Amino acid sequence: MSIDREQLLHVAHLARLELRDDEIERLEGQLNDILEAVSKVSELDLEDVPPTSHPHDVVNVWAEDEPRPCLSAEDALANAPEREGDFFKVPPGGAA
Amino acid sequence: MIDTLRLTAEQAKGLLEAREISGAELFAAYRAAIDGRDPELHCYLHVCEDSGGDGLPIALKDVIGTKGIPTTAGSKILEGYLPVYDSTVVERLKFHGLRILGKTNTDEFAMGSSTENSAYGPSHNPWDPTRVPGGSGGGSAAAVSAGLAPWALGSDTGGSIKQPSALCGNVGLRPTYGTVSRYGVVAFASSLDQVGPVARTVRDCAYLYSIIAGRDECDTTTVELPQPVQLPQADDVRGLRIGVPKELNDAEGIEPGVAAAVQAAIAKLEELGAEVGECSLPLSVEYGMACYYLITPAEASSNLARYDGVRYGYRADAAERLEMYERTRDEGFGDEPKRRIMVGTYALSAGYYDAYYGQAQKVRTVIKREHDALFETFDALVSPTSPTVAFPLGARTADPIAMYLSDLLTIPSCMAGLPGLSVPCGLSEGLPVGLQLVGPQFAENTLFRIGHALEQAIGFDPVPERLR
Repeated sequence: MSIDREQLLHVAHLARLELRDDEIERLEGQLNDILEAVSKVSELDLEDVPPTSHPHDVVNVWAEDEPRPCLSAEDALANAPEREGDFFKVPPGGAA
Repeated sequence: MIDTLRLTAEQAKGLLEAREISGAELFAAYRAAIDGRDPELHCYLHVCEDSGGDGLPIALKDVIGTKGIPTTAGSKILEGYLPVYDSTVVERLKFHGLRILGKTNTDEFAMGSSTENSAYGPSHNPWDPTRVPGGSGGGSAAAVSAGLAPWALGSDTGGSIKQPSALCGNVGLRPTYGTVSRYGVVAFASSLDQVGPVARTVRDCAYLYSIIAGRDECDTTTVELPQPVQLPQADDVRGLRIGVPKELNDAEGIEPGVAAAVQAAIAKLEELGAEVGECSLPLSVEYGMACYYLITPAEASSNLARYDGVRYGYRADAAERLEMYERTRDEGFGDEPKRRIMVGTYALSAGYYDAYYGQAQKVRTVIKREHDALFETFDALVSPTSPTVAFPLGARTADPIAMYLSDLLTIPSCMAGLPGLSVPCGLSEGLPVGLQLVGPQFAENTLFRIGHALEQAIGFDPVPERLR
């Protein structure tokens, strides 16, 4: 499988990456090399093998629903590039 | 005079307890060593002032969150970020009185095998500064090797503790998945990421592991250790069965000097009483790389979605929000995170999920089963840690796949969640060779025992020749 220019731009948009023209040029070749290398997984017939998402058998770890100290609004906002009062400030809308 | 090049953490602890030196003197000695050698080696991204107290100093890879101390993950997108809380491992270090010397260099978001992907420039190998220290935790490994820290913490996804430890002549442990909390640590691929120790001796490595390991309710993947950590003492390995997987020892690209040093160490293990036998991981090595480079980019593409210029880190100028997100991420991330975000997003996207990510998860099951089967016969597996000794700066930067192959031998056991210890076993071309020991889950004590016995028998001098 390989990725063409149009797909690459679609994936970049999904990943919210504005790629510059020189990057697109460079990435196209590199991504195709990487995808060719990783496509090796398709050589194996694994129809009956279950997937592993995690190396442990631990499932559904529950915690008591008890309030505990958490970050203050001041701490949570301490690294904000821009803030207004107790809010993170971002440029206006456009499409999502 | 404190010789930071020779002093082990255990010795330093002894000197502090006997009150032969003070904590302030010890800290100052490492700071002086950093001032002297770090301009050449660039191990540190940030150096700390002495916080006081009488504990040992320690260096931390810059993916480990430290309250009030810059934490960049080697990325421009986190430049200036000051965590407002300590990661759990740092809380544990502080509880034991340890004091932070500084934050060490890493490939951006721990993605790389040489530190050359750091947005702040590469670190250099103390054995030969024209060569890489390995990666991603090259800063921690080089700092310990050059006497700029008695020990350090790293993080390992596919080899980022073991491989730099091998290339710098250190002892490095990638712990069993789930034994060390990642709370407060910058995430790369969460089903693999583990924090672990880098040290000059196996005993130091084991002691540091005992401090950081154990269940943390803030990281629900963590578990209590089934047995307490034992500092290794025995100088034999009698009664242990050690397997030599042929695919990990005969792989294409293993340098003859590396193979020779490892074979000599295996012969030594037999002399020390181990029962050594050949075995096989037929699919794990052949398919491990492909599996890893699908699963980790997929997880990374999700983990790195949080860097959007809203809550912390870098923000690009833009009039509209979407433009701000996209430009922030383009300007803030370097090439390697972008490559992985793109591969991961593609592998998870509609129409490709089953063929790529889903299939890779099944390969992961195969890798786990192959390893489990070998541990019915063997207590540990042995191989080189890295196919090569430290390579020259720039040698692999133009070809991502050549760089990825640096981790060929460390990746399979990481995919299976298994612990791995790298111990120095000799030199090739004047550069350190690391031996990788892999055990079943929670077998750290066995690995420490084997590593310690081998360390005593080989008598490797961890001080780089040019600094002696």
